[in-house]
Amino acid sequence: MPEPHIVLENVHKSFGTKHVLKGVNVGVGKGRSLVVIGGSGSGKSVTLKCILGLLHPEKGSIRVGGKEIIGLEGPALDQMMGRFGMVFQGAALFDSLSVWRNVAFGLIQGRKMKPSEARVIAIDKLAEVGLGAELADISPAELSGGMRKRVGLARAIAPEPEIIFFDEPTTGLDPIMGDVINNLIVDSVKRLGATTITITHDMASARKIGDDIAMIYKGKIVWCGPADEIDRSNNPYVDQFIHGREEGPIEIEL
Amino acid sequence: MTFLATIGSFIFSMFAEVGRVSIFARDAVLRGLLPPWYFRQLFEQIIRIGYNSLPVVGLTAFFTGGALALQIYIGGTRYNAENLVSSIVALGITRELGPVMAGLMVTGRVAAAIAAELGTMRVTEQIDALTTLSTNPFKYLVGPRILAAVITMPILVGIADIIGIFGGFVVGTSSLGFNYAAYIKNTTDFVQVADVTSGLIKAAVFGFIIALMGCYHGFNSKGGAQGVGRATTNAVVSGSILILAANYALTSLLFSE
Repeated sequence: MPEPHIVLENVHKSFGTKHVLKGVNVGVGKGRSLVVIGGSGSGKSVTLKCILGLLHPEKGSIRVGGKEIIGLEGPALDQMMGRFGMVFQGAALFDSLSVWRNVAFGLIQGRKMKPSEARVIAIDKLAEVGLGAELADISPAELSGGMRKRVGLARAIAPEPEIIFFDEPTTGLDPIMGDVINNLIVDSVKRLGATTITITHDMASARKIGDDIAMIYKGKIVWCGPADEIDRSNNPYVDQFIHGREEGPIEIEL
Repeated sequence: MTFLATIGSFIFSMFAEVGRVSIFARDAVLRGLLPPWYFRQLFEQIIRIGYNSLPVVGLTAFFTGGALALQIYIGGTRYNAENLVSSIVALGITRELGPVMAGLMVTGRVAAAIAAELGTMRVTEQIDALTTLSTNPFKYLVGPRILAAVITMPILVGIADIIGIFGGFVVGTSSLGFNYAAYIKNTTDFVQVADVTSGLIKAAVFGFIIALMGCYHGFNSKGGAQGVGRATTNAVVSGSILILAANYALTSLLFSE
């Protein structure tokens, strides 16, 4: 059986005395979409940042396409990053650049494409996420929350990466705009054939985006399975989380 | 015992901070200043750090030169040494006050702006976004700022020297009764090339300190708006203190017999 496209094996990460990841084990098959759910402070974002090389785990292994990525630096890390796209929770658009320059950033800086060619692609990608060319030259500060998320998605898919990460893609949006973003994610990912990992605590988003769902609690994966089986998981942590109950094994730190 | 523990903790944290700044400076030089270079970023920073600082540096230099002329005249009359005004103004401005005053003013303007900008980029994950777009933040953000500050500070100080001496000239000739030609002749006869170049060398070092402190505190900012505010304050305070300390060290080095 071939190894999954992305594999995390016994990943540990601490901040001072706080042990955030306590041996995360999870894998994502090529072209599949994994959604990691969990409460605030459970280690979702830290897991994602470890895969992206933004944080360095103390122990464990993270392999992408069979290649170990922990410890990569310099051009090797840049090359690996070229295979990734990332949509940040707050979109993380560059304030100093116009909308089209944000979308084309990876093409101009990473792929060394001419700005005139990159602009054409950027406007195409904006159209793919439902934004018109008239927005290309304005500043990200003039966009609404939903528009910023769309521009963030356009920026992530512009270099046509083989792997895309989504950090809380629907947080802060109304349910209708959340659904619009979920549909855009599903369409874009299908079109690219990309492997994706999404972290969220929005169950509607998780059900819509995910082929598989993993639940993380206190730095460990407590359940992982197909998205359509989550309601039959028989896992007390999953049941408490998806039904939003206060009673159960998940301790709420007040 | 608590008192000793407090002192020990302070000393440890101070050394730890020095270590972190040193590692950041090493990375800034090794990663930030080596190719590939982002010329568009460099040009933008030269305009923001250099050109936009001209009014504040020029005004500071003018009034400092004028005040210096007045002080030297008042002090000089006690020893019948009023005729030294022009030469001491020129020496004071080129060797000390030009680079130090420009350095402190640019620290207040530029180090604060850099720390606030990079701090906001840090807390809104824009720096992480750069990494995920195959762009090294040290090369894209830190390198151009440091290089721009090192290039533009000597130019700013050169201009501050001229304006500062002109400030002394205006006060000397309009209020203190000096002859125009004699004032200019005394200045040009007395000032040597080494007086000016020493100030320009100081300016380049100050430029490095200003950009480094702005970038370091901004880059390591955390904790939202309050963290960005703290980073801005720390950048200005540490930049100012380091400029004054470096000024003493450079003066000892450049003018030791």
